[in-house]
Amino acid sequence: MQKRLANWGNYPAITSEESAYSQEEQLRSFVVANHGFIARGNGRCYGDASLGKHSLSMLKYDNILSFDTVAGVLETQAGVTLDQILDIIVPKGWFLPVTPGTKFITVGGAVASDVHGKNHHVDGAFSGHIIDMDVITGDGTTITCSPSRHTDLYWATCGGMGLTGVITRVKFGLKKIETAYIKQKQIKARNLEEVVRLFEEYKHYTYSMAWIDCLQKGDAFGRSILIVGEHATKEDLNAKQGQAPLQQPAKPRLTVPFNLPSFILNTFTVKAFNWLYYGKNFKKEINNVVPYEPFFYPLDAILHWNRGYGKAGFIQYQFVLPLEQKEGLIAILRRISDKGWGSFLAVLKVFGRQESLISFPMEGYTLALDFPVRKGLFAFLDELDDIVLQYGGRLYLSKDARMKQDVFWKSYPHADRFAEIVQTYNPGKRFESLQSERLSLTK
Amino acid sequence: MPTILLLGAGSDMAIAIARRFAAAQYDIQLAGRQVAALQPLQQDLRIRYGITATVHHFDATAYDTHVAFYGELPVKPDITLCAFGYLGDQEKAQQDWQEAARILQANFTGAVSILNVVANDYETRKAGMIIGISSVAGERGRQSNYIYGSAKAGFTAYLSGLRNRLFRSGVHVMSVQPGFVNTQMTQHLNLPPLLTAQPELVAGAVFKAVRSRKNVLYVKWPWKYIMLIIKLIPEFIFKKLKL
Ligand SMILES: Cc1cc2nc3c(=O)[nH]c(=O)nc-3n(C[C@H](O)[C@H](O)[C@H](O)COP(=O)(O)OP(=O)(O)OC[C@H]3O[C@@H](n4cnc5c(N)ncnc54)[C@H](O)[C@@H]3O)c2cc1C
Ligand SMILES: NC(=O)c1ccc[n+]([C@@H]2O[C@H](COP(=O)([O-])OP(=O)(O)OC[C@H]3O[C@@H](n4cnc5c(N)ncnc54)[C@H](OP(=O)(O)O)[C@@H]3O)[C@@H](O)[C@H]2O)c1
Repeated sequence: MQKRLANWGNYPAITSEESAYSQEEQLRSFVVANHGFIARGNGRCYGDASLGKHSLSMLKYDNILSFDTVAGVLETQAGVTLDQILDIIVPKGWFLPVTPGTKFITVGGAVASDVHGKNHHVDGAFSGHIIDMDVITGDGTTITCSPSRHTDLYWATCGGMGLTGVITRVKFGLKKIETAYIKQKQIKARNLEEVVRLFEEYKHYTYSMAWIDCLQKGDAFGRSILIVGEHATKEDLNAKQGQAPLQQPAKPRLTVPFNLPSFILNTFTVKAFNWLYYGKNFKKEINNVVPYEPFFYPLDAILHWNRGYGKAGFIQYQFVLPLEQKEGLIAILRRISDKGWGSFLAVLKVFGRQESLISFPMEGYTLALDFPVRKGLFAFLDELDDIVLQYGGRLYLSKDARMKQDVFWKSYPHADRFAEIVQTYNPGKRFESLQSERLSLTK
Repeated sequence: MPTILLLGAGSDMAIAIARRFAAAQYDIQLAGRQVAALQPLQQDLRIRYGITATVHHFDATAYDTHVAFYGELPVKPDITLCAFGYLGDQEKAQQDWQEAARILQANFTGAVSILNVVANDYETRKAGMIIGISSVAGERGRQSNYIYGSAKAGFTAYLSGLRNRLFRSGVHVMSVQPGFVNTQMTQHLNLPPLLTAQPELVAGAVFKAVRSRKNVLYVKWPWKYIMLIIKLIPEFIFKKLKL
């Protein structure tokens, strides 16, 4: 069926022929019979990675195949979303080993972007927890790969943006929890120096991230709130929470019904942040125990908040710089702050070391913020790209909708090897997206 | 726990219906031609909902197997729902009897064959409910799909006769007229969004209609009125329309 498709940033938007199947044999027939299409999960990447003139929606391929509640191992078809998984595993005392900032993504998307969470410095990326997975490759065969079987396919599929084939089945390990709650600590930092120091000080915490106010200048440049957390034990809960430790209280959801002019979202976040920062109850540090949802998925409480950026859409700009390049971070943040085009808030996280072929994370600092699409934006982002390159960093393909080819090829050290493996399993551009065309990832 | 038998369980509508009923703690019997393809769904239903799900081989056009198929079910279902069907290619069916026969059998004779067996059992037990997924295409023949439409018309008439017959035995029969639904069957078509339901919407409507023992269910309300109007057009005008 012809559909108007866009990912989370609403840029770019295209008309695409969409197909969807619920059975493996149907997927295989589709793969063999078609060319120039791309697998699509829940469209939560921001840019053009899962967009193409023809897309294969995986959302109907969504069965849970096995759940070992003793060992904590889950096996699912690729179209199952993390929110469905949480509903099943949390009541049984298990949690996702790694989760991004939204639970509305598919397992296939988690693998293809090799997603990271607030625990990257401790638990690594999603790929580190995969036991094995199946991929339908270009000739229509299903290949089971893992860190020890068909390793070339395995490593090129983790973070490979759907270009090695259609991921159909994934088996991965879960994390044991005692409760559905998180014991969190929120700490105010006066400026960037301080937050960087705090990250270092609190690096033994499993989860950490910071909201940075991008508009402050002078002494308060980089003023932020660091949030760290651990899964709460039963002893951490109050009496009410303790009655059903693995259940979280139900919350209503709000929806942004249509595209709003983009200043509204900024006004809203400015207010929310200032309320947190200056609120009279807010000391230097707050400690409390909260359900996992507001901790991991604060933005999911407002469905379709992306529409708050208006019709033209937005770019989420996310880069990573090596740990020692703190001046790079300062330089980029300063450019962003001077320009004043970005969202008021940015997210800062620390990555630990990760061996990978094409995954985004590397040991260092990663910063993400939104830029509503406007005239001149892409030229400005090109300038930022240059600084990122200069400091040895790179951009997240899953958020990208506009980077130039050479930026990609210069910044991903194993890009050539990746392209070679893609060529083996995907000759003749059977799997192809707007992004793979733009960056020339397939031949 | 009550049990529902889904005939043609691999259909997108049946999958959504299976999940809806399993969520309400029904046990599910999945029946279809491709047993292996139904196993992932069976696992899924067990894991998500903690219910009993079983898989059974069933071919609607293998008429002489139907008595044995029903006889061998481990539990006699409280509800039997007929979801199999085949849209086919109208132009091909005009030329090629094989295609026409396939359409007639998958949408009509196959259903009559299996539902006769189920109906007789329910009648003697004075319990049970039969649900047939028919189509608005059966309400008036149109040049673009009258072979499928006539098979569905036959099925609709069969269901209404069955409803009439079984009423006295306390067995309820429901006909579902889904309108356009976004499924495998229609994915090559560009359907008007406002008149097209998602399979989950159909499933929710069927579940609700089971509780209220509805006779004829139109999933999206405009369809009831669209079909009313279509049926009111005088034949001398209708035959000239390009529909
Ligand atoms: C609010 C928000 C917060 C986020 N936070 C984070 C975060 O903290 N960390 C992080 O890493 N990411 C984050 N993301 C990005 C998101 O996790 C990734 O983009 C993820 O890949 C989206 O998955 P999806 O199922 O929506 O897939 P899509 O967005 O539809 O596709 C993403 C990529 O996966 C490929 N793909 C999907 N399914 C398959 C399949 N079955 N086989 C082969 N390829 C497939 C597509 O081709 C595409 O290249 C966030 C996104 C949002 C909207
Ligand atoms: N989609 C619509 O817009 C729409 C509208 C009105 C009515 N309907 C009706 O709704 C019902 C469900 O359709 P759907 O849209 O969900 O279609 P679907 O996904 O295409 O499913 C059709 C199913 O019928 C099965 N089937 C075909 N012939 C069979 C046979 N001889 N024996 C057993 N099973 C057989 C197929 O099984 P295999 O997997 O073995 O092929 C398939 O699972 C059908 O009766 C259809 O006519 C659909």
